[in-house]
Amino acid sequence: MAGHGRYLLKLYIAGYTSRSARSIKNLRRVCDEVMAGMYEIAVIDILDQPQLAEDEKILATPTLVKVLPPPMRRIIGDLSDREKVLSGLDILPFEVPFSQE
Amino acid sequence: MRESTNALEKLPTGIEGFDHITMGGLPKGRTCLVVGSSGSGKTILGMEFIYRGITNFGRKAICVSMEERIPDLVRNVQRMGWPLEDLVANGSLRFIDASPDPIPLETAGNYDLSGLLIRIEHLVEQTGAELLVLDSIGSLFDQFHDSSVVRNEIFRIIDALRNMGITSMVTAERLDEYGRISRHGVEEFVSDTVIILRNVLKEEKCRRTIQVLKMRGDIHYKGEYPFTINAPIGISILPLSARELKQSSSTTRISFGNQTLDTMSGGGLFRDSIFLVSGPTGGGKTLLATTFAAEGCRRGEKVLLLAYEESHAQLLRNAQSWGLDFQKWEEDGLLRVICQYPESMGLEDHLLLIQREIESFRPRRLIMDSVSAMERVAQVRFFREFVIGLTSFAKQEEVCSLFTSTTPKLSGGDSITEAHISTITDAILLLRYVEINGILRRGVAIIKMRGSQHDKQIREFTIDNNGLHIGKPFANVQNIILGIPTASPPSEEEQLETMFQE
Repeated sequence: MAGHGRYLLKLYIAGYTSRSARSIKNLRRVCDEVMAGMYEIAVIDILDQPQLAEDEKILATPTLVKVLPPPMRRIIGDLSDREKVLSGLDILPFEVPFSQE
Repeated sequence: MRESTNALEKLPTGIEGFDHITMGGLPKGRTCLVVGSSGSGKTILGMEFIYRGITNFGRKAICVSMEERIPDLVRNVQRMGWPLEDLVANGSLRFIDASPDPIPLETAGNYDLSGLLIRIEHLVEQTGAELLVLDSIGSLFDQFHDSSVVRNEIFRIIDALRNMGITSMVTAERLDEYGRISRHGVEEFVSDTVIILRNVLKEEKCRRTIQVLKMRGDIHYKGEYPFTINAPIGISILPLSARELKQSSSTTRISFGNQTLDTMSGGGLFRDSIFLVSGPTGGGKTLLATTFAAEGCRRGEKVLLLAYEESHAQLLRNAQSWGLDFQKWEEDGLLRVICQYPESMGLEDHLLLIQREIESFRPRRLIMDSVSAMERVAQVRFFREFVIGLTSFAKQEEVCSLFTSTTPKLSGGDSITEAHISTITDAILLLRYVEINGILRRGVAIIKMRGSQHDKQIREFTIDNNGLHIGKPFANVQNIILGIPTASPPSEEEQLETMFQE
């Protein structure tokens, strides 16, 4: 994984709703599967920190922003669609089994 | 919750003509939907709404841009001569950038647009803004593909705006000039006010129009009004009233207040006529107007006097010097004097004010001294609209109106006022300086008297402590009206007479 390095992910949610909780759970599950130990997730509740939503120009919630590694990517939704999450993170599904060191 | 309960409370926008067709502006605390095809002027209307709101009324505003990126938007508006950066710098304007992100967006599951809603709510709370523009809401359908979600979120946003009591303008695209109100049926959510902008190609010319489709619980002018977009005025809506030339003509004559003038005009003015007095400064226009007003009061008719060049005290003093007690007539309720600077408000406001005064005071005579002062405050075509609006209203109400107009040159000549209103007026009286042998004298002539015979001669006009006097026709002078009086050789007989006078 030399080319990939660590994953830095930011998840923007609007309050701790069931949808927010679902998105956090879905994200953790995917990350543990494909990048265990190599990721960091920051959950940002924009109800508490609206300025951060402004800075990141968040419209939809939940929004997942892949900050690192570049390029930057955005995924919206509760992340229940695993395939879409992976492709959104630039991880092709068939790569998964082979990408482990 | 700061919901406005008074449906009639309107927020003036300061956009030329807009407050007229909406009869006062946008309903306060409500959302107004502005729909129009691409390039119809939605963004400009929205930006002018906040720009005027900030600069004319000292309000704070928020602009939510959903199509253009903020720097692009600021640059585009810059071309109108509106420096939005300055407003941002002094804290009266804030932007929310909700334009499409260049970063590809993946959708993985259910979402809503709470992010946008929270940002709007946060900024309104933080700034205490009174105005908001959202341009354009339809862009959300392009950015987010689940249209049922977007519709639901638009509903939430509009609802939140209403709950915050912010007066807002939301723009939305439409595809046809005459068809469905908006592309995505957004109007279902914004039920308070709907405005349609059109840009129709007609006879090889683009004609922009604005129409107030509805304004819940309130009245407004109906129909399409043409408008123009110019820098730095922005949007100018022509307040063409729906009035027609269908007024009945009166055959009743009323007196000028001067017997010679009555004779010259073939028996006085028609009761519903518009009478224009044109002359250079100091030519006796105000005196003529004063005489006309005094005659009305003397006959027990109500007179409305609108003065745009003199103060109330000055007017009273001048009338006093001619032996006319305006103050008493005012106390008796026969005379109403309104003094205002033309610059104090826009022409539409002036027109509205005058109409309101006529409606409430119900005068038989109206004097406007001078109508040319209004030229200063607006473009020529709006001045013309103003005059048309005023004269048609005066005619409808059967108010005999006297307008004075100051010519730019001492010798007379054309003025913009005359060029634009002479065709609308029923009678025109010219006052001119006449220089004869190095002495300045005043001349008066009636050059138009619709539906009546009139004296065609140019008579001498003098002013003394008793007011105005009209004497004999000028002899031996030509081209007075043209402003270049030239002496024509007197007959030998006349020459002999003058020789022995000295």
